This record gives sequence, C-alpha cells and structure tokens, in this order.
Amino acid sequence: MASFEPSRALARLGTFARAAPPLLRGLFGAAEENVDEWIGRILGDEFIERLARVPLALGPSGVDPFGLDPQWAKYALATVALLHRRYFRTDVHGIENVPAGRVLLIANHSGQVPMDGALIGASMFMDAEPPRIVRAMVEKWAVTLPFVSLLFSRVGQVVGVPENAHRLLDQGEALLVFPEGSRGISKTIDKRYQLTEFGLGFMRLAIETDTPIVPIAVIGGEEQYISVANVDALAKLLRMPAFPIMPQLMVPGGQLPLPTKYRIYFGEPMTFRGDPDDDDAVIEEKVWLVKQTIQSMVNRGVKARKHIFW
Amino acid sequence: MSDGVLITGICGRLGKHLARVLHRERRVVGVDRRAFVDKPKDIEHQKVDIRRKKLKDVFRGGDIKAVVHLGVMHDPRASAAEHHSWNVAGFTKLLEYVAQFRVPKLVVLSSANVYGPQAGNPQFLAEESPLLGGQNFSDIRDLIEVDMLAQSFFWKLPETETVILRPVHILGSVHNAASNFLRLGTIPTVMGYDPMVQVIHETDVVSAIRLALKPGVRGIFNVSGPEPLPLSRIIKMLGRSSVPVPYSLGKALLRRLWQFRLTTFPVPELDHIRFVCMVDDQRARRVLGFHPKKSIAETVLSVDDGVW
Repeated sequence: MASFEPSRALARLGTFARAAPPLLRGLFGAAEENVDEWIGRILGDEFIERLARVPLALGPSGVDPFGLDPQWAKYALATVALLHRRYFRTDVHGIENVPAGRVLLIANHSGQVPMDGALIGASMFMDAEPPRIVRAMVEKWAVTLPFVSLLFSRVGQVVGVPENAHRLLDQGEALLVFPEGSRGISKTIDKRYQLTEFGLGFMRLAIETDTPIVPIAVIGGEEQYISVANVDALAKLLRMPAFPIMPQLMVPGGQLPLPTKYRIYFGEPMTFRGDPDDDDAVIEEKVWLVKQTIQSMVNRGVKARKHIFW
Repeated sequence: MSDGVLITGICGRLGKHLARVLHRERRVVGVDRRAFVDKPKDIEHQKVDIRRKKLKDVFRGGDIKAVVHLGVMHDPRASAAEHHSWNVAGFTKLLEYVAQFRVPKLVVLSSANVYGPQAGNPQFLAEESPLLGGQNFSDIRDLIEVDMLAQSFFWKLPETETVILRPVHILGSVHNAASNFLRLGTIPTVMGYDPMVQVIHETDVVSAIRLALKPGVRGIFNVSGPEPLPLSRIIKMLGRSSVPVPYSLGKALLRRLWQFRLTTFPVPELDHIRFVCMVDDQRARRVLGFHPKKSIAETVLSVDDGVW
C-alpha cells in the first residue's frame, strides 16, 4: 500500500508546528507556574492538600481507563472549587450522609448548563471527608461536541450508558446521575423547582448492583440562566436536546450565569431491593419514592432561603 | 507430522510473523496470491487465490488440522466488488472446505473496528456489543460480514472449534491504517477531540492467535494490548508534531485528498480519532490466558521499526 503523501501545506504547517513548541512551551510553563501559585493563594492550602489525598485509579501512564488525567483534573477542580466557594458561595448540607464506597448520587437538574453537576462535584471534593472525585454520566450529545467531549473525558466524566455505570460502580466510585436528563436542565423559568419525569435506568442499576442512593436537592440553579421559552423546531434543526431563549444573553456580561447562591442538600441514603428486570410499573413506584424525596427536599430548601442571591 | 495449520494471507506482515512462530512447532501451509519473500524452507506456500477451486487441493493434499484466516482484504482503494468477492465469497469457500474436511479448528482474525467508533459507545465494548462499524463507514461492511459468517459457523458446525479474535489497532511493521497514521511525519488530529485509544503490538497478536489454536478454546475474544491512552499521549511518545484541524475542514480536505489519490485514509476513518472504540478484553485474559508482553512504549514506537 502506498504510504501517505502529505500535501505541501500540511508539511509546511508541520514545520511551523515543530518550530513553535519551544516558544509556546516557555509561555505555557510560565503561565502554569503562575496559575499554580494563584490557585494556592485563592483556594488556600486546603485545596492542594485535598488534591493530594483524593483517591484515583490511575494506570502506569498516569491516566485512568476513562481518560481522567490528573493534570487536567487539577485545573478543572480548581475552577469549579472557585465557582463553588466564591462565585456561587454554595451552602452544603448533610454531605456526611454520603456513604464510603460505591454510591449513586441522584439530583434534580436545572440551569441550562450543568453547573449543578460541577458544584456537586466540587462539594464532594472540597467538603466531603475524605475528598472524592464524582463521576457524572453525560449525555451522548455532549460527546459529539469538540472540546466539550475532550474536557469531560479528561476530568473523568463518562458517557451515560449502563456498561460504563456498572464498571464505575464496581470500582467503588461515586456516580452522579440526573434522571431528568435534558428535560430537567432546559426547563423554562415558570417551571422552576418542579421535577420533570425521571428515567428508570438509575433504579434498575441501583438494584442490580446493590448500590445505595443518595438523593440530592440543588437550589439556586434555576435562576442562573433565565429561560423564557424553548424552540423545539430550532433544537431539532440543530440536533440539540433543547434550544432555550435566554434574554440575558443579549446584555453584555449576561453570558455568565447570574451569581445566585447555591444550596445543596444531601439526603439520607436509600436502598432498594427487588428484581432489576421487573416491570416498569414496579420500578416506577421505587423511582417515585426517590423523586418525591428530592421534590420535598427541594420544596423545603426553596422555602428556607431568604433571597436568591444571598 | 499430521498437525498441519493452514494460514490464509500468509504473505502479509502478520502472516509472516505467525508462520515464523508456528513453523517451529507444527507444519505450516500458507495460501496467498502474493510472493513470500525469504520464506523458511519448511513452510509450504501455495500461490492460490482463495476464491479458486485450487484451494480445495490444499485441503485434500495436506492433513490440515487448523485454519487461521488472516486473508481479509482491507485495501480501501480496491473496488467494492473486488473487496466483497474476496472477503465474503472467498471466506465462504474457505468455510465450505473447513466443513467438508472436518477441520477441528478455525481461527478468524476479525478486528475491534467492527464495533465502530461512536459517540455513544461505552468506554469498553464487550464481545456481545452490536457490530455497528458499518453504520457510518460502508466500506467495512464486508469485514463485519466475515465476522458474522464466522459466528454462524458456531452452530452450523459445532464440532469445529471456531475462534474469532477482535484485536484493537495493531501496531508494528504492519501496513494498516493505524500504523500508517502514526507513521506520518506530521500527524493531523481533529481539533477538540482526543479519544482514548487501545493499541496492540503485532507480536502480541501472534501470541493471541497461538493461544486461540489451543484445543478446547472456542468463542469470540476481544484482544487488547497494554493500558489505553489518549491519542495525544501516543503522538507525544512518538515525538512527532501534530496539527489539529477542525473537523469540518479536515473532512473536506481529506475528501479532496482521497479524490486525488493523495491519501490512503478514507473520510469515515476520521471517526477513529474523534470517538472511542475500545474493547473489554476480560474474556481473553481469563479464558485464553492472554496477557500482552509489550509495554505501551514498545508498542507505540514499533511503528517505526524497519519500515523506512
């Protein structure tokens, strides 16, 4: 077979690419040191100390089989920790309810972008004892997006298919699932804090693998991006799960989420027994229990807060 | 000696490796249209097209106790008709003779590519996963058909121990897409994607085939080398520079290059550097007792061995 003959343009690009690294590496090196110093200053020694303690199942080459790379994870964790502590000033309640070993974290989903997932991850890292890395199950659609798929993979997020969930639970990991999926995250503002339909997959998974479920209520996410409507036709055209209309995007600076105050409540673990392959009707009853628990935690949380922003 | 093994496609790089290992322990007969350069004396090579009747003489003459089918055509430049008739009609013939002469062992080298790289793939595909490789890449449908034909042989002829091996990207002196890709002077990647990749050294594939030839072994096995790595790490290991190209631009460029015959990579192969297509090799480790010997560094660096 003939070997590849790169076009001249590619070869020229290659020469450039070969010439560029020393310069870029110098720049990146300097930036990296500065960033590391800055992380230490802003987040304190606690962050560095927790990073050293967090258990990771890395292979000999320093990446885990799902693509988690500690170098990436460090910066990602620093970013979400910053959002967690400074931007959203999250209040975390009942994190001691999360048992050691394999666990399914089931939460309500909101806020157009999965900030709730990042903040739950941040609280499991910054507030739980010992610190843990949370694995979230991401939508298949996200994996087709450039950069997003790369980022998700390097920080240990996995595609939401049962095989992956089984494998992670077997490794004793904490798995975050939003059973509402994209239905939940793309809610319009008038539907805020009303849980949408739950998928059944997580319950079958929990029963099959005998994993405790920790219900989580996240308050504050619904107000970070205010969506007034979803345009289904556009969503279909662009092959996106939803196409929300958010007026705040028109305002300069409105592209950032509003700095609402997040409150995250971890409930007591629930365990379920039975046949994982039972009829939908039987599974639905169990799912309903979890959903009601979360809904009432959400209701209580919303009632308890005095203000959206503090 | 009455324990002859027939190897189809013996003149490929992998075929030669396998023949050199097996001829020390048993009689080796090879069929291939190509010439066998510096062939060890005790290996019989028949220059036969597997679609021809002459193939039957090989079975008639020799006491064939096992067949290893490596003679699958992967050349993306060959016409679809030629590809199909070689891979499917040829393999059907071979199966016919295996059945007629009651050959007790059949090993088919398929590939993990039959699962296909897809956004929704689980990180590790089990042997039972659907073979969706042809979904976006119609040219490899006949490779899937070969795999399926071999699967149907499990119940058609249960007395023959059929083994299907599905190795991940084979690296080494072989001339396959993965090795050729890593041999490029400047490696293009798709901007914003860096999938986890599994690779295996060619000699490890040879030892997997040897294990599959053991009596009593049957079934489908995913075969993987050392631990998976992100593609970017593999490129870094090789010390090559890489150029990230946005997907839509890369796709258009590659299509042009392909049209003008400037590349051997068909457009759908871009998915291999976008999405994961990794396998769960637990079964091979447990049942075959297969463990890759080569480290990840040795495996990756082997693409430059004795090629230039």
